[in-house]
Amino acid sequence: MSDILAQLGTFWADLPLIVRIVVGILTIVVPLLIGMAMLTYFERKVMAAMQLRQGPNMVGPFGLLQPFADGLKLLSKETVVPTQANAGVFFAAPMLTFLLALVAWAVIPFGEGLVLADINVGVLYLFAISSLGVYGIIMAGWASNSKYAFLGGLRAAAQMVSYEVSIGLVIVTVLLCVGSLNLSKIVEAQKTVWFFIPLFPMFIIFFISALAETNRAPFDLPEGESELSGGFNVEYSSMTFALFFLGEYINMILMSAMTVILFLGGWLPPLDIAPLNWIPGPLWFIAKITFVLFCFIWVRATLPRYRYDQLMRLGWKVFLPFSLIWVVLTSGVLVYFDLLPK
Amino acid sequence: MALLDRTARGLFLWELVKGMALTFSYMFKPRVTLNYPYERGPTSPRFRGEHALRRYPNGEERCIACKLCEAICPALAITIEAEPREDGSRRTTRYDIDMTKCIYCGLCQEACPVDAIVEGPNLEFATETREELYYNKDKLLANGDRWEAQIAANLAADAPYR
Amino acid sequence: MTLTAIAFYAFAIVLLASAVRVITAKNPVHSVLFLILAFFNAAGLFVLIGAEFVAMILVIVYVGAVAVLFLFVVMMLDINFQELRQGFMQYMPVGLVVGAILAVELVFLAATQLAGGPVGGQANNSPIPPVDQVTNTEAIGRVLYTDYVYAFQVSGLILLVAMIGAIVLTLRSRPGVRRQQIGQQLDRKRGEVVQVRKVPTRGGV
Repeated sequence: MSDILAQLGTFWADLPLIVRIVVGILTIVVPLLIGMAMLTYFERKVMAAMQLRQGPNMVGPFGLLQPFADGLKLLSKETVVPTQANAGVFFAAPMLTFLLALVAWAVIPFGEGLVLADINVGVLYLFAISSLGVYGIIMAGWASNSKYAFLGGLRAAAQMVSYEVSIGLVIVTVLLCVGSLNLSKIVEAQKTVWFFIPLFPMFIIFFISALAETNRAPFDLPEGESELSGGFNVEYSSMTFALFFLGEYINMILMSAMTVILFLGGWLPPLDIAPLNWIPGPLWFIAKITFVLFCFIWVRATLPRYRYDQLMRLGWKVFLPFSLIWVVLTSGVLVYFDLLPK
Repeated sequence: MALLDRTARGLFLWELVKGMALTFSYMFKPRVTLNYPYERGPTSPRFRGEHALRRYPNGEERCIACKLCEAICPALAITIEAEPREDGSRRTTRYDIDMTKCIYCGLCQEACPVDAIVEGPNLEFATETREELYYNKDKLLANGDRWEAQIAANLAADAPYR
Repeated sequence: MTLTAIAFYAFAIVLLASAVRVITAKNPVHSVLFLILAFFNAAGLFVLIGAEFVAMILVIVYVGAVAVLFLFVVMMLDINFQELRQGFMQYMPVGLVVGAILAVELVFLAATQLAGGPVGGQANNSPIPPVDQVTNTEAIGRVLYTDYVYAFQVSGLILLVAMIGAIVLTLRSRPGVRRQQIGQQLDRKRGEVVQVRKVPTRGGV
């Protein structure tokens, strides 16, 4: 057994770099896309359960193939481009959204050493990529040349910029406790205690800001079916819409992964004792991501949409001061008790 | 004290927690919806669905071409032409119902003296073209043959109240 | 080695091309989008010289926040460029003078640098620490919070002043505006606002 593994290892090392990189990318992207499809199914089933409904149950066993049927339907539809639209930007927007959602996964550590690019500024990279997500939406809103889409784009711009500030401060708090920007090191720093226990308020703020950052309910104002009839993606159909959809859900998984890495101990088991640490790290990681995603859906099933001024008020007048105070408090405590990481 | 209470509730997001707990508890309640094509809700014996022309047990059609249904139909959906048959009895040669006009008021079955035209329990007769909804006598008789068991049971169940 | 060279030229060419398009594009929104592309490629160049922290900060701050607001403003304002161009010749001399001064300054700076003189008036006496010992995030932190701590604080203060200035300029108290008092709303008790009355038939309340 170990012989075969060793052979596989040497075979792997002998492959040219480009092949190894491509295989690495595919092993992340393919499960990710399947996971995204399953997430839409999971969302519909959980929401259905909370609303005392059945959810999809016709296509395949328990309706498991429903997302693939939906995907096929989208593929076979016609792509409509509004006559007054700016065609280049119109098509670039969904591609950008999808691309950015995928690109961020390069630095996510799935287990000890299981990361495509272990860069030193991993957190900053993630933060940068997630802050770019807004461009897809703004460009879509502007290029569609439609009032609803434009309003959606403007809302998205203001909303995502506002909530990035508090996300940044939350990340700073975590970094103060870790002393490194490397995501693997952030996870390893949580071996004694997961950060959501000492930094619980920051965990909540991060989770809520993640909802706003991914345009999820109750912060789904850029889409706002009931007021903007779909917001920035009113004019999109077929594959362009599918790309937005994919990007949005992959972003959801990404933000959950970020929450898990920053606060829920990444691939670490809850307690380092016998039955728990037999389960391999990546499985823990996926289990935790699923839990956070469940919370995303749970919130959507519970809360109504925010009004726009309330959204801004929450971001600037509640989260920003609170997280600022918490940054100062954390650094004060760390310095006073001499707990700063070396 | 009230201020303290309010601040604590606000800080710990008490109302959010309460709401989330409520939705979570609903996850484990039994579903209220039906898995429609496989499960159905009960229908009343008086349910007014797709029309059917009935026959007597010996196979003779009930309709005697009295045209009362045609006369009472408020939507003018029924068209009847009648002639004596070879054996001398009065029968319809044409009995059309335009289902696109019909308002399912049930006056035709009330008017019928021989319980020939009835509105059966079937509600799944959607079609892809309008033409398929112009029912003729053959279609109506076929409906009667198909749903006779249920129609008879429904009429029997409703009889005490008439 | 060649890979980095190819990457460098690719980034540099795209950077220059998009920078040119920023000022030549007819549509202001396209200008901003090209500006973003330029920022991106500049970040790529930073990564190539091993300054990944600066690269990420460039993307986060400029692309992620500043350019979003640019785009926001440009999209909101429906600028008529024909009108803007009308006064172009009038302002041309001023523009030329400013441009010339900037160019001369750049040349001076480059000349002193080439002659081996110190930049910024003061000798840079802390050598750049080797990359394999200290991550460049840490290196920047060390320099920023030791040698240049006053400059850093002052720039922070200037930003604070600018922020307060902007608030003061735009803040005006408008009478007659009804605002939501969330505290009051949450503070209401059922007993204070809801009353159950026994209404006599045909009597009204």
